[in-house]
Amino acid sequence: MNDEVLTINLKERLFLTEEKKDLSDYRGVCVYLETNEGEVADVGFELVSEGRKLADKLGVELSAIAMGKGIKESAMEAFQYGLNKLYLADSTDFSYNLDDIFSETLARLILRYRPEIFLAGATWFGRTLIPRVAAILKTGLSADCTELEIDNEKKVLLQTKPAFGGNILATIITRNARPQMATVRPHVMEKKKVAGEIRDCEDRVEYIKVEPSGFKTDYKLIGIDKNLNESININDYKVIVSGGRGVGGSEKFSTLKELAGLLGGAVGASRAAVDSGWISYPHQIGQTGKTVNPRIYIACGISGAIQHLVGVQSSDIIIAINKDPAAPIFKVADYGIVGDLFEVVPMLIKRIKSGRTLI
Amino acid sequence: MVKIRIVVCIKQVPGTTEVKIDPRTNNLIREGIENIINPFDSYAIEEAVRIKERLNDEEAEVISITMGPPQSVEVLKDSISVGVDRAILISDKAFAGADTLATATTLVRAINKIGGCKLIILGKQSLDGETGQVGPELAQKMGIPFIGYVSEIMEINKNDMKVKRLMEDRYEIFEVSFPAAISVIKDINIPRVPSLRGKIKAKNASIPAWGLKELGASEDEVGLAGSCTQVLRVFAPKIKRETTMITGTAEEKVEELNKILKELNVV
Repeated sequence: MNDEVLTINLKERLFLTEEKKDLSDYRGVCVYLETNEGEVADVGFELVSEGRKLADKLGVELSAIAMGKGIKESAMEAFQYGLNKLYLADSTDFSYNLDDIFSETLARLILRYRPEIFLAGATWFGRTLIPRVAAILKTGLSADCTELEIDNEKKVLLQTKPAFGGNILATIITRNARPQMATVRPHVMEKKKVAGEIRDCEDRVEYIKVEPSGFKTDYKLIGIDKNLNESININDYKVIVSGGRGVGGSEKFSTLKELAGLLGGAVGASRAAVDSGWISYPHQIGQTGKTVNPRIYIACGISGAIQHLVGVQSSDIIIAINKDPAAPIFKVADYGIVGDLFEVVPMLIKRIKSGRTLI
Repeated sequence: MVKIRIVVCIKQVPGTTEVKIDPRTNNLIREGIENIINPFDSYAIEEAVRIKERLNDEEAEVISITMGPPQSVEVLKDSISVGVDRAILISDKAFAGADTLATATTLVRAINKIGGCKLIILGKQSLDGETGQVGPELAQKMGIPFIGYVSEIMEINKNDMKVKRLMEDRYEIFEVSFPAAISVIKDINIPRVPSLRGKIKAKNASIPAWGLKELGASEDEVGLAGSCTQVLRVFAPKIKRETTMITGTAEEKVEELNKILKELNVV
């Protein structure tokens, strides 16, 4: 089967005419493996693990679609998480993530393989790419899900997502259309390798060749600037030391940076700190910023508005340092210290650096 | 002269995210909550007005549209008070319960009825549903490019523009020809406050309301009937944890904290 290369022609834009879909035509769970510079983003593997559970409950196959350039080695890792079949589109046409050529290709592949469930990461790219795919396929899509389940009776996907700044959760179903599509928040599902040695998966790979000649695109990527102002992707760090209104100024963030550095972590911030101009927007955590789930989240001088809490609630351990014993952050923290962060944090830095006990 | 038409899609949302659920009906309690313009949409409006100012007032026209119940007209008035030229309310009982795809379908109908446009600007996402899907879905339906998370319109003329957008760990710069749609993030500008003149203009503005009939839409493509997704239930999350308070002198607290971090293998 793997000798066969499927060619997809993108000359004409895909336009589905209205037709009543036979829902039973759709079978299996399919996951989109987003790649960046040849590597599958972690959320892809998280979704393979989650997709495995869903596929087992339905008694169906789990497949994945990977698109990118030079991605095979990384994409093959997905088999370790319980994948049955990999559709691999490895081409210079996909060397950079672009909405239009990716959505046209993905939609064609989904139409060909007809999975009943299609999952993708709710990354910034995923959240603009996947709606285009849903619009082409004329099916439902739920955004930024944090929980997926199969309704045992009806065998449909229950898609649960936060709304209203995380104050409520909504469970959504897709009716009268397939596939049931959802983007899933990164770092929420657990990535878990399946037991047993995985070898010789080559016969479970199907190669997709795309013929994009004549594909007309109306926009062009002309530059990438990775020099975000002192930027880092805070999602990449296992420890985040975060500052809020209580930090009180941009120069004072350097103390938090020093602590973060000692712990091998990154600096985050609440909206209040970003709005005050003390630190740049890519550091912002919460409803209007990033959602994080590090192993350790240390909140310094953050009162814990619900909008902030929803962005950190899936952290493994939350440690809060705040002057105000009534601060809501303490309700969601595993460890709380009521105290002045300017006393506690510098003392902690000294303690870690010196390795000498204080008492 | 043909004007460059910019359409801003905005939404009225509850003015707080602190919504409660009625334990009896499982519905959101909306009573007593003031409605406001979706905060992300303020940046979209401001950017549209700034583009008009950049291109010379005479050459561009900014129209705001919203789909929602009749009282949504208030956010359209707000948009006029800060420089939008005219506004259209898209409202019909048949539109209720629309998911993002049905909303996109309805908005595309309205934009077509306006006579099309060069540029569509939306906020990053809404405060209530938080999907951010309507923008890319309507762009797909119109067959035009969509660039999300725009943080700067670097250059713009009648035919195309150069935009910078923020991704998780980088900026990307695109050249886009019109027609196109973008969503903007809060980095892009600081929305102005309405002037007295703007307030008066908003107060006197006549805002047409277009329903199913005016849009020439069929009932089965809009609202709940036209939606592929359905909300099964809403419920309150549990985010409370068992909290251990660390007490003692500052030294004792830090010592304990250090011990915890050691156990977690980070120091």
